[in-house]
Amino acid sequence: MKARFAITALVALLIFCAGYAALFIAPDEATMHAVQRIFYFHVASWNAMFCAFFVACYASVAYLVTGKRKWDALGVSGVEVGVMCCTIGLITGPLWARPVWGIWWTWDAKLTSTFILWLLFIAYLLLRGLVEDPEKKASLSAVFAIFASLDIPLVYLANRLWRTQHPQPVIAGGPGSGLDPTMSKVLLLCLFAVFCVMILVLVDRYRLELLRNEAAELRYEIESRGLDASNGQETPALQKGAQ
Amino acid sequence: MRAAAIVLAKELRLEFRTRELLTATVIFALVVVVLFSFAFDPTAAESRRYGPGLLWIAFLFAGSLMLNPSFAREQNNETLDALRMAPISNFAILLGKILANFIFMSLAEVILVPVFAVLYNLSLAGIVWRLILVLVLGTLGLTVTGTVFSAISAHARMRELLLPLLLLPLLTPLLIAAVESTASLFAEQPALDRTWLAFLAGFDIVFLTASWLLCDHLLEE
Repeated sequence: MKARFAITALVALLIFCAGYAALFIAPDEATMHAVQRIFYFHVASWNAMFCAFFVACYASVAYLVTGKRKWDALGVSGVEVGVMCCTIGLITGPLWARPVWGIWWTWDAKLTSTFILWLLFIAYLLLRGLVEDPEKKASLSAVFAIFASLDIPLVYLANRLWRTQHPQPVIAGGPGSGLDPTMSKVLLLCLFAVFCVMILVLVDRYRLELLRNEAAELRYEIESRGLDASNGQETPALQKGAQ
Repeated sequence: MRAAAIVLAKELRLEFRTRELLTATVIFALVVVVLFSFAFDPTAAESRRYGPGLLWIAFLFAGSLMLNPSFAREQNNETLDALRMAPISNFAILLGKILANFIFMSLAEVILVPVFAVLYNLSLAGIVWRLILVLVLGTLGLTVTGTVFSAISAHARMRELLLPLLLLPLLTPLLIAAVESTASLFAEQPALDRTWLAFLAGFDIVFLTASWLLCDHLLEE
């Protein structure tokens, strides 16, 4: 418990330092000025998102192969944290795009694929909410996660093939060929800090899911015993405990 | 393979006794096509641009509703358990259902495409065979993923709403490829776009393989 508290405090300090570095230490960008500073967290959240979805995808395959519930818990944690990072990326993106490109959104390959990715994994979370049976929930959502992961490269490829005839503001808007050395150091720090936050949240969420599973099993046991002793005196107390 | 044919025959017999699924699908897609004609004015030049997209959106929406009963109607009497008890592989069950849905969807398209061509003033002469190729590849992708997801959503609450939510985002690459290849056929000089055709075939292969690999987990107890 103490170690967890210490780690959380450390990560909080790290993300604070990263925020400070991005806002005050990194040099001003030549054309975009202060707005460009969102870049450090925008890129970092995408990076964290890919890691989280990779964890989720790996855990889904592992669940189907081994059938162990802990992989399912890791899978859902990965998707939830990934959706969180994806939402941050989808919010910071337009905030940066509006002053720089003059538009909030463009149906470019990267943007579209991320949007579809976000929709697919929201659907994954919905699916989990709507299936009652825990075993079914785990295996069906793992199958869906694998289908969704297979779909993402296809979405990207389709959008690349389709829209590349049009001018792409994104290419000019990217970090370009050369980053200022201080900038790249700050970026590395931010990547690392956001990655740590992601891992911290992921591990906590994973633990929570395991506890939830345990609680559900215990509740199930209480209920089944309560039914057995339906004529006994202890039933009201047990039912109270179940609620 | 024989087992899949038997499941297919069972599905077809079930459907042709009532024909309710097929009728509902055709009517639903027609409603979508008609509604679109109010949203966009379908003059000839416009319909060349919007037509293919509209047609495929109608198919995708109709498909995402039509595929729902595929597994859901096995739930009422728990007939899926009976199917599973038969000495056949899970993939045979899934494949039989995929093929049945493919046939239903294709039949609906055979009715819808000519009606669509008449309503939107497009000529099908000279492109029929190439259009059929595109329709077959696109419909296969739709029914493979749709049947698998129907097996998933059958176990959920609100399954009628859930299936489109799961299926439609996944089908975006298929939609783009199908619309682009159909558009290349409806253009002034019809020429089938081979890249998109290959993409459609690739989509079908990827998801057919995935459902083959995952079907045991999909249909397990």
